[in-house]
Amino acid sequence: MRPAKGRDVDTQTNKLAFDGGWQYAPAPESTDHIRIDDRYGLFIGGEFVEPARKGAFPSINPATEETLAIVSVATQKDVDRAVAAARKAFNGPWSKMGAAERGKFIYRLARILQERAREFATIESLDGGKPIRESRDIDIPLAAAHFFYYAGWADKLEYAFPGRNARPLGVAGQVIPWNFPLLMLAWKIAPALACGNTVVLKPAETTPLTALKFAEVVRDAGLPPGVVNIVTGAGETGAAIVNHPDVDKIAFTGSTGVGRIIQKALAGTKKKYTLELGGKAANIIFADAAIDQAVEGIVNGIFFNQGHVCCAGSRLFVQESVENEVVRKLKDRMETLIIGDPLDKNTDIGAINSKAQLERIENYLTIGRAEGADMYQSSCPVPDRGYWCRPTLFTGVSQSNRVVQEEIFGPVLTIQSFRTEEEGLSKANNTPYGLSGGVWTDKGAKIFKMTQGMRAGVIWANTFNKFDPTSPFGGYKESGVGREGGLHGLEAYVSLEA
Amino acid sequence: MTVTAVRFTTPLPDLDRVTRVDEVGVNERVARFQSRSIKTRSKVEALKMVLSMIDLTTLEGQDTPGKVRQLCQKAMHLHDSMPGLPHVAAVCVYPTMVWVAKRALGSSGIKVASVATAFPSGMAPRKIKIEETKMAVAEGADEIDMVISRGAFLQGEYGLVFDEVAAVKDACGDAHLKVILETGELGTLDRVRRASWLAMHAGADFIKTSTGKIQPAATMPVTLVMLQAIRDFWYETGRMIGMKPAGGISNSKLAVHYLVMLRETLGNAWMTPDWFRFGASLLANDVLMQLQKQATGVYQSADYFSKD
Amino acid sequence: MAKPAPRIPVAKTYKIYIDGKFPRTESGRYFPLARKDGTVIANVCRSSRKDFRNAVVAARGASPGWAGTSAYLRGQILYRIAEMLEGRAGQFVAELVVQGVTKKVAQAEVEASIDRVIYYAGWSDKYQQIFSAVNPVASSHFNFSLLEPTGVVAIIAPEDSGLLGLLSTLMPVIVGGNTAVVLASESLPLSAVSFAEVLQAGDVPKGVVNILTGFRKELNVQFASHMDVNAVVYTGDSDDVARDVQVEAARNIKRVVSRAGMKWSSGSAQSPYLIKDTQETKTTWHPVGN
Repeated sequence: MRPAKGRDVDTQTNKLAFDGGWQYAPAPESTDHIRIDDRYGLFIGGEFVEPARKGAFPSINPATEETLAIVSVATQKDVDRAVAAARKAFNGPWSKMGAAERGKFIYRLARILQERAREFATIESLDGGKPIRESRDIDIPLAAAHFFYYAGWADKLEYAFPGRNARPLGVAGQVIPWNFPLLMLAWKIAPALACGNTVVLKPAETTPLTALKFAEVVRDAGLPPGVVNIVTGAGETGAAIVNHPDVDKIAFTGSTGVGRIIQKALAGTKKKYTLELGGKAANIIFADAAIDQAVEGIVNGIFFNQGHVCCAGSRLFVQESVENEVVRKLKDRMETLIIGDPLDKNTDIGAINSKAQLERIENYLTIGRAEGADMYQSSCPVPDRGYWCRPTLFTGVSQSNRVVQEEIFGPVLTIQSFRTEEEGLSKANNTPYGLSGGVWTDKGAKIFKMTQGMRAGVIWANTFNKFDPTSPFGGYKESGVGREGGLHGLEAYVSLEA
Repeated sequence: MTVTAVRFTTPLPDLDRVTRVDEVGVNERVARFQSRSIKTRSKVEALKMVLSMIDLTTLEGQDTPGKVRQLCQKAMHLHDSMPGLPHVAAVCVYPTMVWVAKRALGSSGIKVASVATAFPSGMAPRKIKIEETKMAVAEGADEIDMVISRGAFLQGEYGLVFDEVAAVKDACGDAHLKVILETGELGTLDRVRRASWLAMHAGADFIKTSTGKIQPAATMPVTLVMLQAIRDFWYETGRMIGMKPAGGISNSKLAVHYLVMLRETLGNAWMTPDWFRFGASLLANDVLMQLQKQATGVYQSADYFSKD
Repeated sequence: MAKPAPRIPVAKTYKIYIDGKFPRTESGRYFPLARKDGTVIANVCRSSRKDFRNAVVAARGASPGWAGTSAYLRGQILYRIAEMLEGRAGQFVAELVVQGVTKKVAQAEVEASIDRVIYYAGWSDKYQQIFSAVNPVASSHFNFSLLEPTGVVAIIAPEDSGLLGLLSTLMPVIVGGNTAVVLASESLPLSAVSFAEVLQAGDVPKGVVNILTGFRKELNVQFASHMDVNAVVYTGDSDDVARDVQVEAARNIKRVVSRAGMKWSSGSAQSPYLIKDTQETKTTWHPVGN
């Protein structure tokens, strides 16, 4: 009989001990292999040029609050110039080039991105705050993969639309967000170019650097000048692009609020548009799910990338009979998440993208508590400088709470219980959003019944937050209109007049 | 003298209530463990921990007392030119070699673990398996590594498998019981989870992945599922159960990933040889080479490290 | 002997069609539909925003059932519509003529309308195959994209084509599993109401199609702004109308589908792409493993 061992775990309060003991030493990614210029101009007509006016703003590292580079502000004149360059390239070499040749140019972009992957990943983490593990393992490889995928379509469009002759639209104006900067750039530029369009793209004002480095790739790949133009700036620059009369198509990823403004602004014009907007996805866990993997799916769905994900699984619905078990496992898993320096390879959760975003999130934490919800946060330490938010749970909430209805865009998860399939489905769909959803159950027929019933453009069954260049992505209802990725993603960039 | 043991066994658990396991999800979680970057002082700490958790093993038909003595010598003197090394946790042998190991290891603090129950196949009458267990314990084994009846498990004869583990536990007396599930023969992670649950309820002190005699032996996905079962069991009963992956862990990097997995699943309390073991033979030297490299800054050659 | 007096015909009351029934507009208002010579053909309901609201409620109520109907069954129902149109062709021709269309043109329009319904009936169980995909993702997942109806579609039917234009905008919407609320042509509204009789007599479940008559100036904004409408299809050629519709649609990011400039009698006015315009693409992932 083994003598009763002094138990090192506190079975009184039944908590596993994740503090102390063997820790992971800092494992920083080095920055001596990257190059960030002090100042950046605008990339128009194949080269970096000075902006019309001397406006500029700093791009800040949200983990350290230090300035990384000074970036130009593109005004109306610059946007005019960029659109003109894009139009010239469209009317000129880009249209005249054979489709296969066009594809080969896009392959070049993909290859160079792969070659410079490490530099891009490091800069992405510095500029936006996401862990180097994410940028290295997910963002940059996926971005390159998107270019590879669409490069292959360039000379095969006759197979994509039965009975139709697909023709390019012309000049595409594209505005992208700060949560996956280079990846969102790839989602926009790759299909646009594959279909024969030229582009004017504006990266988000807090994360312009990888777009500007991408401009170097465009130049080094030898793309004809004006095919890709990168103009930096904030809301006004974006508006100038959206409203420009010589742009044929607008692609926007961002909040539903701004998407609405854009749809209005485009009313009465002939411009085609796609909008990829906000979400408040339901993640539904049934008692017969693979519970441990579902818990990992929850974590993946709302805590990675700091919850800055439009398709984040931010509303958890757990079947009541397993609610305690799921919450207990979730809290244990949260304790092992490491918040810290985005450049540390062991960091799981990086910095919140900006001070403004952190304030927005914290405002919601206040609202949640004021609404009477119970708030729980993991106990991990956070650095002194920089913008940080611990992984957070809200329990004791229902569909009528603001924190359950509104998109927080941070590592904040609301938890509700449900009892039957109908109830879970009904509550999952009870939202103006419809971007994504998750369902976890081991029963086959139920998987299909739930995935058919959930009104969202991307449904993850027994998994979450999976992306692939071949897989169309986009929302129902106020989460947007149009799809990006896959065969369906070509449609946004062609004219199919019979 | 008999010690009246308070048995921590429970009735046969309802295996249908054991959570299902999704293989792809498990693989994804494992991939995250494998992308942890363990450097500098945490690497050294980890490597030493690995050493202290090794059950140095020889389970060959051609084993002799001479072979076992040499293994025990290695166990006690891993690499004397490097100071501050822990000793391995145990030496693992066949029952007929227990007396050799016991004598050779003396008061070194290294445990003697013996396989039993017709290892590795388990295909023998119950009576013989119990006899063998008692014999090993009588010879001085501190730990018994038994195998479950996989055929019976696959047939759904859970009661039979359960009773067998309980009976062997009884025969162990004061010795600790490790129950080998032979996960490579169970096939799916669902079955691994259920077998773990069954073994722990039947009285296992440790659950162990494999005999090391077939492929696949220990893998990270299988180990993760077992660690999660241990965690659930602890929450349900308050009892800690140990875990031993065996076979196929021959390099330090992999062993350190296992420690990452252990730490992030069960926490600090399990990070000692009392609760975690590596069933390995080649691993020790690879760890020593890595430790030497950390200390000197240069990559090492196997020529400088004794083989068994 | 005196010739017998000519028989007094019984004039038809043209009501609106909501939830499978023919109510009058709740507002009680009407507008006269006149011939070129000024004589009144009929009093047509001038539908109100409340009528539209009621119609949307009916369409939303019918939506899950219609979306859940098998493709085969939807095709069968459309074929039946075509059969009934064929049987009543004479009535529809006469109605177009009384609204000022020449007999020859009316004949051609009715025939083309029947053929158009047949065309879309044939697509019911095929468009899904054209526009779906199994996507070869790099990870161990099964991934497929398919089309789902967007839900409730508000249709501002063509002004210039009382029957063919109406059916050309309506059929692709409902064959795809959507339910619809239609605003008929202001100057050619009678065919729409008579078509509603075909719907009611046929197997089309109530609420799937709802037809209103009235003034576009009043109702365009309603059709475009209602928060429980998923898409709006309009056919106005005017940029102002297009702008107003889209501005209102932006309230809830409605899908805005323009059929401006379509020549209804041409073959290019029918295609499976017109079905796709009121469909959503859903992509589903599932792991492949043990």
